[in-house]
Amino acid sequence: MGKIELTKVRKSFGDVHVIPGIDLQINDGEFVVFVGPSGCGKSTLLRLIAGLEDTSSGTIEIDGKDATNLPPAKRGLAMVFQSYALYPHMTVRKNIAFPLKMAGMDQAEQDKRVERAAKVLNLANYLDRRPGQLSGGQRQRVAIGRAIVREPAAFLFDEPLSNLDAALRVGMRQEISELHQSLKTTMIYVTHDQVEAMTMADKIVVLNAGNIEQVGAPLELYSNPRNLFVAGFIGSPKMNFIEGAEAAKHNAHTIGVRPEHITVGDGPWEGVVGLSEHLGSDSFLKVAVEGIGTLTVRAPGEVHVHHGDRVKLAPAGKIHRFDANGLAL
Amino acid sequence: MARAVTPRRKLITTLAAWTVALIIFFPVLWMILTSFKTEASAVANPPEFFSADWTLANYAEVWARSDYPRFFWNSVVISVGSTLLGLLVAVPSAWAMAFVPGRKTKDLLMWMLSTKMMPAVAVMIPLYLLFQRLGLIDTKFGLVIALMLMNLPIIIWMLYTYFKEIPGEILEASRMDGASLWGEIVHVLTPMALPGIASTMLLNIILAWNEAFWTIVLTTTKAAPLSAFIASFSAPQGLFYAKLSAASAMAIMPILILGWFSQKQLVRGLTFGAVK
Repeated sequence: MGKIELTKVRKSFGDVHVIPGIDLQINDGEFVVFVGPSGCGKSTLLRLIAGLEDTSSGTIEIDGKDATNLPPAKRGLAMVFQSYALYPHMTVRKNIAFPLKMAGMDQAEQDKRVERAAKVLNLANYLDRRPGQLSGGQRQRVAIGRAIVREPAAFLFDEPLSNLDAALRVGMRQEISELHQSLKTTMIYVTHDQVEAMTMADKIVVLNAGNIEQVGAPLELYSNPRNLFVAGFIGSPKMNFIEGAEAAKHNAHTIGVRPEHITVGDGPWEGVVGLSEHLGSDSFLKVAVEGIGTLTVRAPGEVHVHHGDRVKLAPAGKIHRFDANGLAL
Repeated sequence: MARAVTPRRKLITTLAAWTVALIIFFPVLWMILTSFKTEASAVANPPEFFSADWTLANYAEVWARSDYPRFFWNSVVISVGSTLLGLLVAVPSAWAMAFVPGRKTKDLLMWMLSTKMMPAVAVMIPLYLLFQRLGLIDTKFGLVIALMLMNLPIIIWMLYTYFKEIPGEILEASRMDGASLWGEIVHVLTPMALPGIASTMLLNIILAWNEAFWTIVLTTTKAAPLSAFIASFSAPQGLFYAKLSAASAMAIMPILILGWFSQKQLVRGLTFGAVK
């Protein structure tokens, strides 16, 4: 089991209200990603669930029981930290076995679980090494191993991949997703990387200044953002926002068009290409359109336009409409 | 750009280092040489660096005249005891200051350090009266308490510095892993800070061993350590330099040997965190 329910959870540090009040339900077995810009309170929210920070008010229930005032160890959760937080004086085996030892488990059972976790995470050959003798990816696996042996109600990940290089990050992302498939345990994952959020999550929680802007499945957030913040935050490159007369034509204060929903060739918008980036698989163009402003365009494959060329553009997908308060219409 | 280490530069720095070391060590060397001289040779004018007639008589007489093993044992109990008791108090205090600091933690640390700047004689009378009322005069237990209190600021400061180097996330991880506060200190914090704790321990044993003010003020005979043993050889009838030197050499030898064997650990601990 691993159902977590937050009711009116608030957190203040002195006069600073980091989390002004949050209600959130995380269902058993879900992979939930907290995403948002730096300082939005996502890590604080995770630490409140972990019990590493005390709530200022509100309740946190884990599997139906009030855990608001329980110490971290009694909540049945396991956490993987950004810095791995391995015990440098212990071997990999002792690191993984540490939570079991603290729980007073007998040695035979400890060994069995450590061996099993090591096999799953490809660490069997490194059990007698110390963390200092391992690579970044291996250290991250040890940290995950230490979390899985406890068979927790839920796993908490605090930006676990941000210290890894790009190639390793993709690999570890898949490994964590596969782990979730096989364990079917609730996972809460904090990241500022929206690619991680989109690819891993069953449910994304978008946070901004301590408030939840929207909760939903990745494609739901992509297709139906509730407001300008979510629309701008989810999707890469960022959604284009157009105000003024062009928006008024659609009966909106602001309209949003994703870069991948604009075609190059013919259309009502005409402008001059500024920056053009050719990645092979895609081409990114920045086009200064008269009366509208600069639009980012993502065209599939190789498009033969360069700096200074005049192009015509057309919106080819959904046009998102927002009112004066930034809420979707 | 790194400076080139020329043979000439190396020679100069080596010579300079030896000169400074010899200047610092010279009084100790002179004392040891004197301890092997006759009393006449010890006070000869001009001073004799190498005596004409070396003798072990001073050591024999000092040994015969006093109960060296008792003083030695008292020194061991007082220095080791006060250090261990100090660590017992300082580890939790330094833990609290390093990992759950309050708004006044820095002030508290500075205040503690400032007590070390106060002349000991300023609190001599109140402390003496307190010890007298509590029946702690001339007891090893009393001295253990007194020296522990004297050195506590240094122990806490040193441990605080070492603990600050330990990433907080590792302690949080141990909390998530089910460690109690005690488990966190015993299984994670202490092993990680062990080099620092060892240096703190060694330095405080040395400080307590060499302490001469309180050990002489607060003891008469029973609990007197080696510092009082040296003082007992400066009799009002006149100074016997050779014997005094022999007694001093006997008093410092154990701690000198300890320091010699632990110098690597001491240097490593004292420069801990200086180079990353």
